[in-house]
Amino acid sequence: MTTPAVYLAQDPTLADFGHDPWWISLIKVVAAFVFAVLATLLGVWFERRVVGFMQVRPGPNQVGPFGLLQTLADGLKMAFKEDILPKGADKVVYFFAPTISVICAVTALAVIPFGPMVSMFGHQTPLQVTDVSVAVLVILAASSMGIYGIVLGGWASGSTYPLLGGLRSSAQMISYEVAMGLSIVAVFMTAGTMSTSGIVAAQAGSDRSASLGGFEFFAPGWYAILLLPSFIIYFISAVGETNRAPFDLPEAESELVAGFMTEYSSLKFALFMLAEYVNMVTVSAVATTLFLGGWRAPWPISIWDGANSGWFGLIWFFAKVILLVFVFVWLRGTLPRLRYDQFMRLGWRVLLPINLVWILALAGIRVLQKENSDAVRWGIIGGALLVILLITLAWPDRRKQPPRPLQEQVNARPQGSFPLPPMDLVVPPSPRARRGVAQRQPANVGGGAPDVVDTTSTEEKED
Amino acid sequence: MTLSPYAPIVGLFALAAFFALFSVASARIAGPRRYNRAKLDAYECGIEPSPQPVGGGRFPIKFYLTAMLFIVFDIEIIFLYPWAVSFDQLGLFGFVEMVMFIGTVFIAYAYVWRRGGLDWD
Amino acid sequence: MTGADVLLLALGAVAVGAGVLVVTTDQLVRAGLYLVVCLGAVAGLYLVLTAELVAWVQVLIYVGAVVVLLLFAVMLTRAPIGRSPDLNRPGLPAALIGGGAGLGLAALFADAFRWSAVDLPAPGTAESLGTELFRSWVLPFEVLSVLLLAALVGAIIVSRPDIGSRP
Repeated sequence: MTTPAVYLAQDPTLADFGHDPWWISLIKVVAAFVFAVLATLLGVWFERRVVGFMQVRPGPNQVGPFGLLQTLADGLKMAFKEDILPKGADKVVYFFAPTISVICAVTALAVIPFGPMVSMFGHQTPLQVTDVSVAVLVILAASSMGIYGIVLGGWASGSTYPLLGGLRSSAQMISYEVAMGLSIVAVFMTAGTMSTSGIVAAQAGSDRSASLGGFEFFAPGWYAILLLPSFIIYFISAVGETNRAPFDLPEAESELVAGFMTEYSSLKFALFMLAEYVNMVTVSAVATTLFLGGWRAPWPISIWDGANSGWFGLIWFFAKVILLVFVFVWLRGTLPRLRYDQFMRLGWRVLLPINLVWILALAGIRVLQKENSDAVRWGIIGGALLVILLITLAWPDRRKQPPRPLQEQVNARPQGSFPLPPMDLVVPPSPRARRGVAQRQPANVGGGAPDVVDTTSTEEKED
Repeated sequence: MTLSPYAPIVGLFALAAFFALFSVASARIAGPRRYNRAKLDAYECGIEPSPQPVGGGRFPIKFYLTAMLFIVFDIEIIFLYPWAVSFDQLGLFGFVEMVMFIGTVFIAYAYVWRRGGLDWD
Repeated sequence: MTGADVLLLALGAVAVGAGVLVVTTDQLVRAGLYLVVCLGAVAGLYLVLTAELVAWVQVLIYVGAVVVLLLFAVMLTRAPIGRSPDLNRPGLPAALIGGGAGLGLAALFADAFRWSAVDLPAPGTAESLGTELFRSWVLPFEVLSVLLLAALVGAIIVSRPDIGSRP
């Protein structure tokens, strides 16, 4: 074990990992796990309170102060619910599917940097469970393994809705994994490393300050600013990857009941919920690490040097994660669910090509900055123009086929379809509709005069 | 390189596995057991579940195509990572290489798009 | 024997055991899951041999994508829960061929290297692999893109004969 004497910068590097005594590693592992569980307990409460606030209702406020213990109570309740194993289920796989989801979600937290080097019981150690040179791949691998929990849970239930939900969900996750994987290429290119602590350090290293007209301007080196398109695409695909609203198609209640977890009850269901919330926190933490400067203090505070040292890092890290989780909840409170075809179109036809073009453009710019000869520069610029020209020429055309006439569509229906009403059917206005119109008439007479109060409107207000 | 940085990952994996298996098993013990036929049936919107199709039913082929697209782009991404990390050393040569690579895969992508492989009607 | 040797042997045993289960089980989807275990153990082997990037690529591509495609393909055709008796065919010829090939290769390796020890190369980090791949192995890399192109075109021609090229 090495005990490095002085850390000029508080940044841990890859060499600092793997030297902890076993009990410090154990503390960190347990802390990361407790963080995952606590984040879920508080995250569910946070989401319900915030959505409640957005919908002008209180949300859970009875159990504990501000309803903080609501999730714990729900979890305890679920533990004492009947554990149902459906008749047609594949018992072993049905049993293991939720555990796969949880394991994959939690394991990804191992490489998230929570803070700088701190002194823990006399040992200098980074506030991060561990870091390897391909840390981001570990996160991606964990999230791609998480698909198994969902597709197997859906399949093993031996029921129709879960099967459809599981398949939908896995197709959705793999589609958005492509967008997510592409969006972080730009980060690797700029940082020149794939280790999470290295990326945090690289963002701190790319802070810029410039003075203009006597004023000092400061631009933080956050990749969310430098690589804004990547950040936006990452966040969109993170929402898709975690199956959250507005991309929560696998659990679209109106279509698939509860998707892949329809047949799950008791703690198995709770485990799926746990996995969902841990995933949400994990992608937020990854976004914080890769794009928002990790545990480093945001700009105005970072002037004070002490802000980036020791345990303070935890504050900034959690603040950023909570902010991102809030955006998740905000999206859920605001946006309606997409249709499946719209959703897939967004992933494959919008995010993917934009991503590829953006990566190439960024690479081109970086080459331009380094190359000195004019010939190469003009070559790249000319090549870029040529590529743009080719893409616009060969862009897959979206010309709509003319809609087939109605009669043709009717004739093309297969044998044994349901009978259709006649095409020229004119529905007579229903007498009830006419009565409703007649009743509503007086209310409209007032037109722009809101002070005219009639009986119907007051009744409606009282409803 | 030693394997010691990976030990905590395995540790977290084991802890999560222990927790998950423990809760799944304990729910079996803690919960009441008052089963009846209807509870164990597959959930459906009718009283009698519709019979399962022989052999587990079939899915739209589009899912297969999506998975295939995913593999192709996943491989592309995997090659982009080491390229991006060592981009500064590769310079112009690496850039031209990757333009050619992405260009070729993009042709396939445009073809799939043209043929309607990305349509989910 | 060092710790790494023990890990190598254990992971190899897991890989072989899971591989045997893949071919002997008569439950279709579970065969896919045993394949996941087998490929994961191979990834562990890479990791022990300090090929970090390749190990995680193995997990991402093979476990995370290829087996998912296999599961999809199984579900597209049939994914019965429980045993499929038609998978229980007598497998003696296949076992002879597979086992023979495996044992033969192992014997060849053992004979070629005997007890000579080979030092591990430098760790296969993303950076070293990137410079190596994009400097020395350019042609295979570019040919790979053509392979991917062929795979996609083939997939669409095989799977969607119903959609023609649009006017």
